[in-house]
Amino acid sequence: MENIVSIKSLSKAFGSHRVLKNIDLDIKKGEFITIFGPNGAGKTTLMRIMSTLVEPSAGSISIDGFDVKDEPVEIRKRIGSISHETYLYNELTAEENLRFFGRMYGMDKNHLDARVDELIEQVGLEYRSNDRVGTFSRGMKQRLSIARALIHEPPILFLDEPYTGLDQHAASTFEHVLRGLDAQNTTKVMISHNIDRSLKMCDRVLILNNGNIVFDKFRHEVGSVDDFKNTYESFIHE
Amino acid sequence: MIRSLHIAAKDLKAEFRTKQMLNSMVIFSLLVIVIFSISFGDLLGDSKIVSQLAPGVLWISFTFAGMLGLSRSFASELENGCLEGLKLCPVDRSAIYNGKIISNAVIMFLVEIITVPLFVVLFNFNITGLFELAIVILLGTIGFISVGTLLSALTVNTRTRELLLPVLLLPVIIPVIIPAVVATGKILTNGDISDISGELRLLLVYDVIFFVIAQLVFEYAIGD
Repeated sequence: MENIVSIKSLSKAFGSHRVLKNIDLDIKKGEFITIFGPNGAGKTTLMRIMSTLVEPSAGSISIDGFDVKDEPVEIRKRIGSISHETYLYNELTAEENLRFFGRMYGMDKNHLDARVDELIEQVGLEYRSNDRVGTFSRGMKQRLSIARALIHEPPILFLDEPYTGLDQHAASTFEHVLRGLDAQNTTKVMISHNIDRSLKMCDRVLILNNGNIVFDKFRHEVGSVDDFKNTYESFIHE
Repeated sequence: MIRSLHIAAKDLKAEFRTKQMLNSMVIFSLLVIVIFSISFGDLLGDSKIVSQLAPGVLWISFTFAGMLGLSRSFASELENGCLEGLKLCPVDRSAIYNGKIISNAVIMFLVEIITVPLFVVLFNFNITGLFELAIVILLGTIGFISVGTLLSALTVNTRTRELLLPVLLLPVIIPVIIPAVVATGKILTNGDISDISGELRLLLVYDVIFFVIAQLVFEYAIGD
């Protein structure tokens, strides 16, 4: 299978502090990767560089054949981002939010209309589609943020701590929606601290510590959740 | 350009729904006019003195009401991380700036449309050069908004943005305020377009220079 993300010798420093140190990583099309690591390991910085929000200090990242430094706009067309921040406007309704972001991705009206209806139904918010997002619960906002991220049918989805603030039910609904993307072969890269939930979702597991990838294995190689928790502890305390 | 209009439409829709910014700007602007008209008292009978004082009052009300709006312009994008969501969209950063300029200008013009009639009544003016006044206000507002929107983006991630914005903005907009006040004064003493051509040229040059500079540096203003 072809690589959709290719990271070569990537480094990032803020002043004298090196956050990422010579990272190499290839992600195949359709893969679901979860990156674990302690606070300050460089996970979010890596995600922000892949999302074109931060420029790398050295090295290169290519996403779907485009370089993050040279063609950030082309990359933004191909990625969807879900974060603990929902990127939703409280004063607009659910539908208006999706329409706004669809227009920003240059979608034509007919396609956008159909896509908004489809996604609102997919995330189970038909009954609140004309209500202001400010009146939504945290779980509903997060479900709508999935719809927002998927409005332009991106081949790659970045998820940065998506479980933050979600209760058990909301997290399960969120996972149900994510699993619905499997049929579309969407590549997913998730950052999480929630080992119990995140491990069962992914195909491949990485541990990032002190700016280095210290662990990279397929899901079936890491054993049970408890085994992985032990492995994680051993790596981050090395 | 179309993306800028979408951003402006989104901002205006959100603003007209809550009217948070518009209400406070209109109330502030009207209060300034009313307070100054009361404090000038008997002086308002002397048209010569009024024409010297009133233009400054009008532009004080526009400037400070405008600053209230500008301080919220990008701050409202911080809620739910929306600014980052915008930056993740496949649009040039300048489209975000232009969209914000359009929405800020529309709100500012609304405030001015409401303020000017009250100003004319309370300061006892008989304006003959309404067209000229509209041009001065238009050019002055565009210059003010061009710089103000850029500085609003620059200060949005600082904790003291409400304090920092006026401190940075007021010195930079002096080249707008001075010709705008002088031109307004001439219009209020029945001057015509030829009397204010120098001030209009200054305003136009300032608008163009700052609009172009802001387009070039905006990416850095909202960068990490």
